[in-house]
Amino acid sequence: MTVDWSWIGDHTDDLTSLTVSHLEAALTAVLLGLLISLPLAVLAHRVRPLRGLLLGLSNVLFTIPSIAVFVLLLPVSGLTRTTTVIGLTIYTLVVLLRNTVEGLDSVPARTKEAAKAMGTRPLRTLLTVELPLALPVIMAGVRIATVMSISLVSVATYIGDGGLGQLFTDGFQRDFPTPVIVGVVLTLLLALVADALLVAVQYALTPWTRRRA
Amino acid sequence: MTIYRPGKGHLMIQFDTVHKRFPNGTTAVHDLSLEMPEGGVTVLVGSSGCGKTTTLRMINRMVEPTSGTIRVGGKDVLEQDAAELRRSIGYVIQQSGLFPHRTVLDNIATVPLLLGWGRRKARSRAAELLETVGLNADAGKRYPHQLSGGQQQRVGVARALAADPPVLLMDEPFGAVDPVVRTQLQDELLRLQKELSKTIVFVTHDIDEAVRLGDQIAVFRTGGHLVQCAAPAELLARPADDFVADFLGAERGLKLLSLTTLADVPQAAAPQDGPWTLVLDEARKPQAWRSRSKDAEVPLRPLKDGDSLLSALNESVTSPAGLVARVDGEGRLTGVTSREDIHEHAGRAHSAAGAATGAGVAA
Repeated sequence: MTVDWSWIGDHTDDLTSLTVSHLEAALTAVLLGLLISLPLAVLAHRVRPLRGLLLGLSNVLFTIPSIAVFVLLLPVSGLTRTTTVIGLTIYTLVVLLRNTVEGLDSVPARTKEAAKAMGTRPLRTLLTVELPLALPVIMAGVRIATVMSISLVSVATYIGDGGLGQLFTDGFQRDFPTPVIVGVVLTLLLALVADALLVAVQYALTPWTRRRA
Repeated sequence: MTIYRPGKGHLMIQFDTVHKRFPNGTTAVHDLSLEMPEGGVTVLVGSSGCGKTTTLRMINRMVEPTSGTIRVGGKDVLEQDAAELRRSIGYVIQQSGLFPHRTVLDNIATVPLLLGWGRRKARSRAAELLETVGLNADAGKRYPHQLSGGQQQRVGVARALAADPPVLLMDEPFGAVDPVVRTQLQDELLRLQKELSKTIVFVTHDIDEAVRLGDQIAVFRTGGHLVQCAAPAELLARPADDFVADFLGAERGLKLLSLTTLADVPQAAAPQDGPWTLVLDEARKPQAWRSRSKDAEVPLRPLKDGDSLLSALNESVTSPAGLVARVDGEGRLTGVTSREDIHEHAGRAHSAAGAATGAGVAA
């Protein structure tokens, strides 16, 4: 298998726009996933009976094959970016919901107790004590969800989207390996860079976890 | 927030037939009536499950009473907003309960920030308190896990004091530190209390800690019954029943001696000859007992007037001469006291404590 370097040189504009579109789909899904899972996780954490229901539901959604999700969404949102993003968001939910609930669980009872005893009201305790302390576990979920979404975007090629995934169909159809290799390498790079950035974000947001005594 | 001035005889916290039954049916506190005077330290003691912690937690509404009334500063706690009430009462929790994600300074500033002080004012108040509880200024920038257990506990006390509340609740605050640090923290608390005169409610299962810190001690029995509430000397001299006597332990008589100082015990000039003489350094500070034949020197611990009869008794037992060396504030020799004099005063302290309560010393 040889790489046709001149093809790459001729298609830099296409590659750039595919990369941007790929990343856009993945990140939108993670952001939406966070926005949806955060309130749901707080609910699941506070209301015990809802916990099993919500976590179970997100597990069931996760077992649906990704192609099937996109196909099932077609009647709703058609061959659009929306379908891609909705499909991906569903997958991020399972990781984000579970990790956020576990993150909230990991906050020591003594610390919450202290916040209450100092006269902190519940909402402020959630925002300034529980969520910050849950952040390491939540961020672990965000990293998994991000890498997962970046790899899953390609599946949406079947509904005419798919970002860098379009390079795979292009390569296979023409029996021309260069786009496939370039697609794989770029997807990998995207995932690695995104993950490294998230590690840096977490480092910046959780100063208390550094410099262990 | 009302500002309370320490005043003698004024009652800061009043429990009026307070009952607490938990949903599972257990009674944690049984018809408790108890008063805690302003500026005094009330220690709640008893074995685990006796309701002492529940009693403490009802004061700032961390637990709500099933019936009865609790007043703080004359106001029914149930008629106040729970969060605002809690901000007006300092709370020190077991194992400090500090916020792991906030610096020491921000931990201390918690309540001032909740009360809406500016960040700068809250931080400068926190820095001031860091010094008050005996910590270095650079500890303020650290995170709790970077401090030792004893230092964390000091931060816990500073956090409780930050908004200068009239009442301080302390739930086994020194339970998780080693005995040496524990004694230091107790000394520190007594020193602070002399300056601040807070109304302190202190929960412990350690009777020695209760005797050291308490102006009054309330002994609880399983089922949430208050058995006796009295000043330490009265409690030790005259326990209300066998339960209290057992709880105070076999060394109850000696514990009472820990409350009486050596000041009233007479002293005589140090022996110039005899089997044992004192070795002094050039500043006249006692160093050791030396035998006549000069072949033996026994170390000693000189005692000041403020030391307890218990430590004097201990020193007199270990001293080969049967004498205790007495010193002034600078550690210079003022005289010696005999074992017999100490014994006699120890006996007198006991009968005085018994008589003060209107009866003899319990058997």
